[in-house]
Amino acid sequence: MPRSIHYFDHAATTPLDPRVLRAMQPYLTREFGNPSNLYSLGRRAKRAIMAAADQIAGALGCKPGEIIFTGSATEADNMALQGAVKAIRKMRMRPDGSADPGRIKIIVSEIEHKGILAVAAALEKEGVEVVKIPVKKDGLVDLKKLEAALDDRTVLVSVTSADSETGILQPVAEIGKIVRKFRDKDKVTGIKEEKNSPLSLSPYPCPIFHTDASQAAAFLDLNVDELGVDLLTLSAHKLGGPKGIGALYVRQGTPLEPIIYGGGQQAKLRSGTENVPGIVGFGEAMAIAARERGRESARVRKLRDRLERGIMKSIPKVVLNGHPTKRLPNFLNISILDIEGEAMLLYLDDLGIYVNTGSACNSESLEPSYVLTALGEPYEYVHGSIRFTLGHETTAADVDYVLQQLPPIVKKLRQISPLNLSLGQKEKMSQPKAFIGGQTPHFLRKRKENEERRKGTGTNHS
Amino acid sequence: MKKKTRKMPSRPDVVNRFAGGSWAYSKAVRDHFFQPKNLLLQKPGRGKFDAEGIVGSPACGDVMRVWLKIDAKKDKVTDFKWRTFGCASAIASTSMLSVMVSERGGMKIDRALAIRPQDIMKRLGGLPDRKIHCSVLGDKALRAAINNWFKKTGQYDRIIIEGTQVLDPNTKVTEADIEEAVVEGARTLPEVQKRTKVGIGYPECLPKVEELIRFYTEKYFGPNSA
Repeated sequence: MPRSIHYFDHAATTPLDPRVLRAMQPYLTREFGNPSNLYSLGRRAKRAIMAAADQIAGALGCKPGEIIFTGSATEADNMALQGAVKAIRKMRMRPDGSADPGRIKIIVSEIEHKGILAVAAALEKEGVEVVKIPVKKDGLVDLKKLEAALDDRTVLVSVTSADSETGILQPVAEIGKIVRKFRDKDKVTGIKEEKNSPLSLSPYPCPIFHTDASQAAAFLDLNVDELGVDLLTLSAHKLGGPKGIGALYVRQGTPLEPIIYGGGQQAKLRSGTENVPGIVGFGEAMAIAARERGRESARVRKLRDRLERGIMKSIPKVVLNGHPTKRLPNFLNISILDIEGEAMLLYLDDLGIYVNTGSACNSESLEPSYVLTALGEPYEYVHGSIRFTLGHETTAADVDYVLQQLPPIVKKLRQISPLNLSLGQKEKMSQPKAFIGGQTPHFLRKRKENEERRKGTGTNHS
Repeated sequence: MKKKTRKMPSRPDVVNRFAGGSWAYSKAVRDHFFQPKNLLLQKPGRGKFDAEGIVGSPACGDVMRVWLKIDAKKDKVTDFKWRTFGCASAIASTSMLSVMVSERGGMKIDRALAIRPQDIMKRLGGLPDRKIHCSVLGDKALRAAINNWFKKTGQYDRIIIEGTQVLDPNTKVTEADIEEAVVEGARTLPEVQKRTKVGIGYPECLPKVEELIRFYTEKYFGPNSA
């Protein structure tokens, strides 16, 4: 049953740009050589990889040799965190071979992608101290807290450029400055002099600064020197490239150990025969994004604003999740009160509109979005959240179709719903802290207790 | 020609692209989700219904509210109207429950009290594993409404006290629910939570729940199975 598709989930993945497909095609067919081989077929594959690295380096303002291709952004994140911790742990190894892992600390923001948070959790189990920096009410990482958390045990700071749920733009360049200031203050901080420990290592600056720019790359100018980052994660399929290919920018001289061993490809940092067609497609997608993002950002922002204004005008009780201005131009995350996100998603799906939700029902863990709860949104709001992310093939007609179809769906689902939450009572609702760690009683119980206290009746249960 | 009755669970129709095969809805779920039956459309006037019950919390993501008409002489539920805040499974299972109770002129109260989540799921042609917990609130809302009727009519001896002990005041999950989840194959807390939603908004009860999981696993599957 053919039907038109209105795709509003570009933060999940984007369709392959036809120009990218054209660039890839030869490497899926006749140019099948292994880039490690010396004969011409192999050399041509090698050249294709180098050209793609050039394209990406051009967009980032770095050297092509600083681009390491991976299987995904998640792998790049793993490489950044695990690789840096491994490298520094190795450097800090005691002469007898025993490590001193208690001294290693990493700092991440609490709204990072799972690709960061899950790795951090795994490292924590290995004895690495993980500090999670909260975001302020406006969704931006609390820079004061981040600065205060820096110490000579900190080996890595990782803050996303823009998170994948709200697209809030984090002050990466400012964090870069803070990290640099800390490094300069304490020139050789990698190793604190220890008595009787003949550590003969070259000094290196710590902490290393990493950002996951998978979401941001399609629309933001990502000059690594301006951002002041040492490591930066990219993903091809978020910018019109193919799936299965990501990259980590590694500033020359940054201590990093591989997490995948083998034939020693890519400067021994990431073994395994390179995904030549993927890499070629990635390079092309990045070059197109860099060339067109000025125009595209403005166009997409206009459409997004039209969608946002239209929804706010036609549907009552809608709140914006995320920063009103400091956010990627293609992101719109809203909560529609009294209805549940998954129900809304499936009703929209039935009309060929594809969106995403932070509702608990849509996640494996049955927990509502941790990013939205970190922003201080009550659970009642998070369950009703939907995320629209626009992209290159989104048109005004798509936006108008949503504006036409969404209000009746909301009306119907509100008719099904027994709830009638009121706006502006956020404080009275459950706050995320009421759920964390099971220390604070559940909000309903708390509210009941408060009521009972107000009434002046005893809380004795009969 | 006579329409064939569907005996096999219907084929998955709505498939979520994130979790693949384990996450699919049957045609019955789809029908009840898009065309809910017995929905309460207007605010009920005073005395229009005989009993009312509500379970869940908006913070946990599921709220079900039911309104019943009851024939006191026949001891029968004759009409079942509802509203649900929740996902597709939650909406579809309340809708299906309303059909089960009110079809063919209604259902004897005792039979209505005996409806289990599995009965609803069976009529729906199954639910994805992860969505089973969404169907467990409907029957509780129904029992809450019937209890409301018992209280109203002074039949205090008939009031059902959920299972043995309510572990989680929001979802009203009881010890009996934990036992059932274990019998049906859940062995760990996350598995039990998938089925019952216990403690998701009320983590204080989790140590007790874990203890019960161990207890029932040993009881039914032997000491070495935990």
